[in-house]
Amino acid sequence: MNKEKARVEDFSLEKLRAGDRAEFALLMDVYSGVVYRLGIKMLDDPQDAEDILQETFIKAYRYLGDFDGRSSLSTWLYRIATNEALMLIRKRKNTPLSIDEQLDQDLEIEKPFQIVDWCCLPEKEMMSAEARRYMHQAVEQLSPNLRAVFVLRDIEGLSTEETSRALNLSESAVKTRLSRARMRLRELLTAYFSERMAAQGVAEAGDD
Amino acid sequence: MDHEHCHLLLNSLSDYVEGDLSEELCAEIDRHLQDCENCRIVIDTLRKTVYLYHETVEPPITPPDVKERLFARLELNEFLNSNS
Ligand SMILES: [Zn+2]
Repeated sequence: MNKEKARVEDFSLEKLRAGDRAEFALLMDVYSGVVYRLGIKMLDDPQDAEDILQETFIKAYRYLGDFDGRSSLSTWLYRIATNEALMLIRKRKNTPLSIDEQLDQDLEIEKPFQIVDWCCLPEKEMMSAEARRYMHQAVEQLSPNLRAVFVLRDIEGLSTEETSRALNLSESAVKTRLSRARMRLRELLTAYFSERMAAQGVAEAGDD
Repeated sequence: MDHEHCHLLLNSLSDYVEGDLSEELCAEIDRHLQDCENCRIVIDTLRKTVYLYHETVEPPITPPDVKERLFARLELNEFLNSNS
C-alpha cells in the first residue's frame, strides 16, 4: 500500500492541470486498482465498483483545476471515490440498515458481549477462503459511515490524518468511528470463530 | 464487563491498540488487564481482528476488462498498455 502512495507524488501536478492526457492515463494506471478495491469493499458489487471507478476519474479529470494541493493527490482521489461510494449507497433503496439503526451504530460504543478467546485457532483456519468471505461480509454489515472509515484506515492503509481529510471529519471522529467499526467486527468475527472452535472441539477458555 | 475500569478500557481501546495513549493511562490499563480476563480477551481478539484484516487485504488489481472500459470511457484508450 505504501509503495503506491509513494508513487503518486511523482506525478506532475502541472502537467495534470494542463490536461496532459498521458500523465492522467498514468495516474489512472496507478490508482485504478485501489479505487476499484474501495468500491468493492464499500458496495460489494462489481458493477457498482466499476461505476464508482469511472465516476471517480471522470470527476478527477474535470476538477483537477480546483485541486489545491493541500492534501496529497492520493487523498484527494480517495475523497472523490468515497463520496461516490456513499452517494451510491444512499441512492439504493434496499440499504440493509434503517436510519435509526445506523445512528445507533455510529454513536454508541458497543459493549462487547461475546467473550470467547479464539486467538488460539490455527492461522490457516483463520485465513481460509471461507473465513475471508465471512470477514468481507462482516464489513458489509457496518453502517456506511463506519465502513468508510474502516476501509480507508484498515484496508487502504491511510493514516488518521489522511482519512480525516478524505472524509472531511475531525481526526477524533475518525478515531472514534474506527474504534466502533473494529469493535463491531470483533463481535462478528467472535461469533464466527467461536463456532469454528466449537466445531474443532477446542475448549472455550474464558467463557462465562 | 461492568466495573469502572472495564469502561475506561472500552473507551480507550482503539487508542490502546494503536499505542496512542498517554503513558499514565496505558499503565493503568496494563494493570487492569492483569486481573481482568474478560478485558484481556477483548483486547486480544480485537488485535487479532485488525491483524486478520491487514493480512488478508487483496492486491489492488483492476480486472483487465474493467480497466479497458475505464480507459475507453475517458477516451484514453491509446495509453492503455503504454504504462504497465
Ligand atoms: Zn475489565
